[in-house]
Amino acid sequence: MKIHEYQAKQLLAAAGVPVPKGLVAKTPDAAAAAFSELGGELAVVKSQIHAGGRGKGRFKEQPDQPGVVLVRSADEARANAERMLGNTLETIQTGEEGKTVSTLFVEAGLNIARELYLGIVIDRESGNPVLMVSSEGGMEIEVVAAETPEKIFREPVDPGFGLQTFQAVNLAYRLGLDGPAVKSARGFLTKMCRFFLDSDCSMAEINPLVVTTDGELIALDAKVSFDENAMFRHKNFAELRDLSEEDAAEVQAGDAGLSYVKLEGNIGCLVNGAGLAMSTMDLIKLHGGEPANFLDVGGGANVEQVTEAFRIILADENVKAVLVNIFGGIMKCDTIVTALIEAYEKVGFNVPLVVRLEGTNVEIARKMLAESGRDIIAATDLTDAAQKVVATLGA
Amino acid sequence: MSILVDKNTRVICQGITGKAGLFHSQQCREYGTPLVGGVTPGKGGTEIDGFPVFNTVEEAMGKTGANTSLIFVPPPFCADAIMEAADAGIELIVAITEGVPVLDMVRVQRFLRASNSRLIGPNCPGIITPGIAKIGIMPGYIHTPGSVGLISKSGTLTYEAAWQLGNVGLGQSTAIGIGGDPIIGTTFIDLLELFENDPSTDSILMIGEIGGNAEQQAAEYIKQHVKKPVAAFIAGMTAPPGKRMGHAGAIISGGGGTAAEKIEALRDAGVEVAESPADMGAAVERKIARR
Repeated sequence: MKIHEYQAKQLLAAAGVPVPKGLVAKTPDAAAAAFSELGGELAVVKSQIHAGGRGKGRFKEQPDQPGVVLVRSADEARANAERMLGNTLETIQTGEEGKTVSTLFVEAGLNIARELYLGIVIDRESGNPVLMVSSEGGMEIEVVAAETPEKIFREPVDPGFGLQTFQAVNLAYRLGLDGPAVKSARGFLTKMCRFFLDSDCSMAEINPLVVTTDGELIALDAKVSFDENAMFRHKNFAELRDLSEEDAAEVQAGDAGLSYVKLEGNIGCLVNGAGLAMSTMDLIKLHGGEPANFLDVGGGANVEQVTEAFRIILADENVKAVLVNIFGGIMKCDTIVTALIEAYEKVGFNVPLVVRLEGTNVEIARKMLAESGRDIIAATDLTDAAQKVVATLGA
Repeated sequence: MSILVDKNTRVICQGITGKAGLFHSQQCREYGTPLVGGVTPGKGGTEIDGFPVFNTVEEAMGKTGANTSLIFVPPPFCADAIMEAADAGIELIVAITEGVPVLDMVRVQRFLRASNSRLIGPNCPGIITPGIAKIGIMPGYIHTPGSVGLISKSGTLTYEAAWQLGNVGLGQSTAIGIGGDPIIGTTFIDLLELFENDPSTDSILMIGEIGGNAEQQAAEYIKQHVKKPVAAFIAGMTAPPGKRMGHAGAIISGGGGTAAEKIEALRDAGVEVAESPADMGAAVERKIARR
């Protein structure tokens, strides 16, 4: 689960990690008031969306307006906020459709001496969280990793004990910090790792992590996401979720216990199991079609879930045909066919439907399908299914 | 013979009084698996459908001689259940539970390093030696006894593969779902080693998917250590970057973990990679024929 920068900074501040002073603004007047309240000579007005590249991003309605802007007066803050709020910000990470900005974060400016990078991720190979820092603040870490990997320094984070002081100090010296900045880094890095562990983060990134002219480390940006499987022990995080940042169909699917991801093609898929669902997309592509979605109905799909799945697939205007691919295991094929036929009726199918079934009770299920009197195309195997569904588009 | 499961296997189910735990315990027993009891704290001393229930794994082991545990406890308690089983000395732990927090698995993995237990999963269908025993949720009848060692990150895709292997007359020596989470117990490499050394396994089929680099590491291992024919399929060729595809671990992030790079690594190691999920059984056949 992703959260906004301002939310991440509030959590970090509570965990003792230094962040700049900042205020949330949802109107131009609030942005102006925030500037005055911060009391400095300059401030930064930042669009709050769940995507990076905001500084270089531009608004569709205001092509000259960047997503993050430095302002020197309350009036300037207000004027910029007017051009930002309610408009659509397009960055390298939002895709062409961009994202509507409804919240701004106004932050006090800092006297920056250096910009560093900090990231914490779970390293699958070692089975451990790993803290990464780099001297190349402001750059994408993937780019640094590819071009100058020697500028990235790593330390494993013990899941119980957290980052040890010596590890933080070692990293500080490797980054070339000295004087008060070493002491500041010691606190910053250990607290950051403690936050990661205590909050069940799946990723935390501070880029840039700035060193001020006074030698203090401060999180200038903050990108945090949480492990959704651990939300049962962080009930308070639920309110941080911003549904407007998520794909509406994916949210609807999640509420129904389905796993759905929208794609760009025109053949909708309904499959049981994540691996088989991905393979079904691949199969369609291999036979010259383009999958419209990933959809896993899970292991115990009932009529309600299949109906909802069909609704979500058909609500996508691109969908011109649907392929159902079921390998019945514990979920019997006849059970799924009962659900399919009922859902077919409820939803009111208006595109060709190809069904491929295999597994438990498949003979009964195929007979039921054939006798249903519905306009459903039965496929004998995977390849046959893919060919038939692609063929419906050509006709 | 087979790997990990044999005639000495004696299984208990942690979470046996839950709906899924009981249903699958019954299914396993029906298949012929020696399922000798279960564990649910607070329900020790009772019996459920003929299965004796114990409060702790330690007690269950003492009373039944179990050496294997099948875990169905809910995600918040799964890590603890795995560690309990390991601490009691269970040799093989099969965790079916989906949705275990990643940091819980970090702790579990640490814990297991100091024990001799092997964990399969979590978020997996389990393990089956066709005709001998199944410890998991896979339908038994789709698996036929045979000579292919099957290793997979996915559930229904494993069923698909097992079905195809049956159709081409190869069957499986043992089939294992290792799970689709970012941190799992037993890996591709662990099982490649076991299958390579198992006299009843003649060839290997591994099924991977996008996310992480376990397949690339497996490819490297195959290149150096595996003499038996290996075929593979990688799911997610069409998966977009940055989107989690059902499994917690199935995500292309930072440009890494794509199907294309996994396929390239496997081909480079001499593995026969099926282009289509319909071609998994045939790919094993081709690889065997080409030797």
